[in-house]
Amino acid sequence: MIEVSELTKRYGDKTAVDHLSFTVRPGQVTGFLGPNGAGKTTTMRMLLGLDAPTAGTSTIGGVPFRTHPRGLRHVGALLDAQQVHGGRSATAHLGALARGNRIPASRVAEVLAEVGLTEAAGRRIGGFSLGMKQRLGIAAALLGDPPVLMFDEPINGMDPEGVLWVRGLFRRLAAEGRTVFLSSHLMTEMESTADQLVVIGQGRLIAAESVREFAARSTRFSVLVATPQSGELRAVLTAAGASVERHGPPDAARIAVTGLPAERIGALAFEHRIMLHELTNRTASLEEAFMELTAGSVEYLSGDAGKAGQPR
Amino acid sequence: MTSTTTTTTATAVDEPPARFLDLVAAEWIKVRSLRSTPWVIVLVTLVVTGVAAARALADYNNFPSYSALTRRDHPFSLGDAFPAEAYLTVMLAAVAVGAIATVSEYGSGLIRTTTVAVPARGAVVLAKAVVQAVLWTVVGSLVALCSFFVAQAILSGRDAAISLGDPNALRAFAASALLAPVCALVGLGLGVLIRHSATTVVAGSFVLLLLPVFFSSRKPLSVTFANAMVRNAWQRLAQIYGTPPEAYNGATVAGSWTVYVLWPLVALALALLVVRRRDV
Repeated sequence: MIEVSELTKRYGDKTAVDHLSFTVRPGQVTGFLGPNGAGKTTTMRMLLGLDAPTAGTSTIGGVPFRTHPRGLRHVGALLDAQQVHGGRSATAHLGALARGNRIPASRVAEVLAEVGLTEAAGRRIGGFSLGMKQRLGIAAALLGDPPVLMFDEPINGMDPEGVLWVRGLFRRLAAEGRTVFLSSHLMTEMESTADQLVVIGQGRLIAAESVREFAARSTRFSVLVATPQSGELRAVLTAAGASVERHGPPDAARIAVTGLPAERIGALAFEHRIMLHELTNRTASLEEAFMELTAGSVEYLSGDAGKAGQPR
Repeated sequence: MTSTTTTTTATAVDEPPARFLDLVAAEWIKVRSLRSTPWVIVLVTLVVTGVAAARALADYNNFPSYSALTRRDHPFSLGDAFPAEAYLTVMLAAVAVGAIATVSEYGSGLIRTTTVAVPARGAVVLAKAVVQAVLWTVVGSLVALCSFFVAQAILSGRDAAISLGDPNALRAFAASALLAPVCALVGLGLGVLIRHSATTVVAGSFVLLLLPVFFSSRKPLSVTFANAMVRNAWQRLAQIYGTPPEAYNGATVAGSWTVYVLWPLVALALALLVVRRRDV
């Protein structure tokens, strides 16, 4: 169980995390989402006692993490897979971590096997790919068999096989009753991994709910219509108060309609003797819900995204 | 058997009590697992022994041309065993390796992994200090033994050798052996304070090797500062300039040992103070 209450971090006059409150429960995978620079890493660092908050509190398992003299049996965390010494072997790196926490040395080989690095155990970490370093970081997080696991962008640099494996691992860890908290700036990643979401933008909480609830929040619910008479239908629907835009490539005669339900669109088409080839309810993808909700809080807006994004 | 059981199993952790020695063992694994460690030790031992041998050989060769008094007292014997240029090299190596013990973790970001594994930050710094102190005391003693016995073995050919039991020889040996851990701990403390590798090594080399040159031996305040330098303390303890006390410019044996204790103590105290407060 992770509890964050009114957590705030300011660097000078810049507020990285702004009165953030949320709870992460055991037995589920909780995704921590936000655009780059939203304050995800800063929040995780405060949770792990690396950074002191300007205000507010955070606890893991009911106590501030920093009060533990040794951490690995309480929380396993992977913040940045590059944060290792390239000159050491995987075994030495994990061996030192285990020794300091009084974890038996035999556990090192176990976690290395678990993440599929047994072959590379004696090799210097400097020669590892980013995907292998991610696996090593996950191995370090698993060393203490902790009830709470936190991963910052764990899928970065992993090959498709690795992504599949890591998703399965997160699901299994959650099924074992552990609290699994992972951050990402990619919504699509969470769609297939997380049960719950904590979404932040510019350091503030935007949503804390289940993945399904979050997707349903999008106002961009629309109906896809395919018709050979798109000009006529467009006029009829616009007159009825809907907004219409072309969907897909220009030659495909499909339009996306928002503001009218599918049955009303069908009825209007029938009244005006317009032939329809397709009438589909389209729920917004998680990605769209995310883009829409965070549009007002994107830190570094690129030119293209700026055009597509919502007005502030 | 109540409904709270589920929440407690999720949070309560079966954990053995934390022991400081585990951290020392962990830090020792880190030092041991870097290939640079044995290389530095071998290199330092070779340089120091080589310089001592060269100095002793020079006196061996020049011996017939020395005055009768010099030949009888052979005051060069101790200086040949602990030559300044050799021990400046020891200082440089020790301060650099001590600095790297902390700075390398900041540079790579490993410090965050370390701090999540061991939230007791001060204990980690102390464990690193213990490892560096022990490692460099062993290396320093080894180096001092080598340089002493190689020099004396050569000088014994002129019947000008001294034994470790001779007046001042044991003190010079101890001061030379302990010079390395003193410098390593200063480097380690600076590393925590500065957190940037090149800057730390330059700063450490500056305060230990270069700063002593800045003070004149004439103005009283300047002399006080000069006597508070690690390099000058070592010279007072390890070398014999002459019998009259004014030759030492007010530096005392007790004062010099105090300098040996205070430098690492202050560096470590500052490091411990800062490491608890600062964001990692």
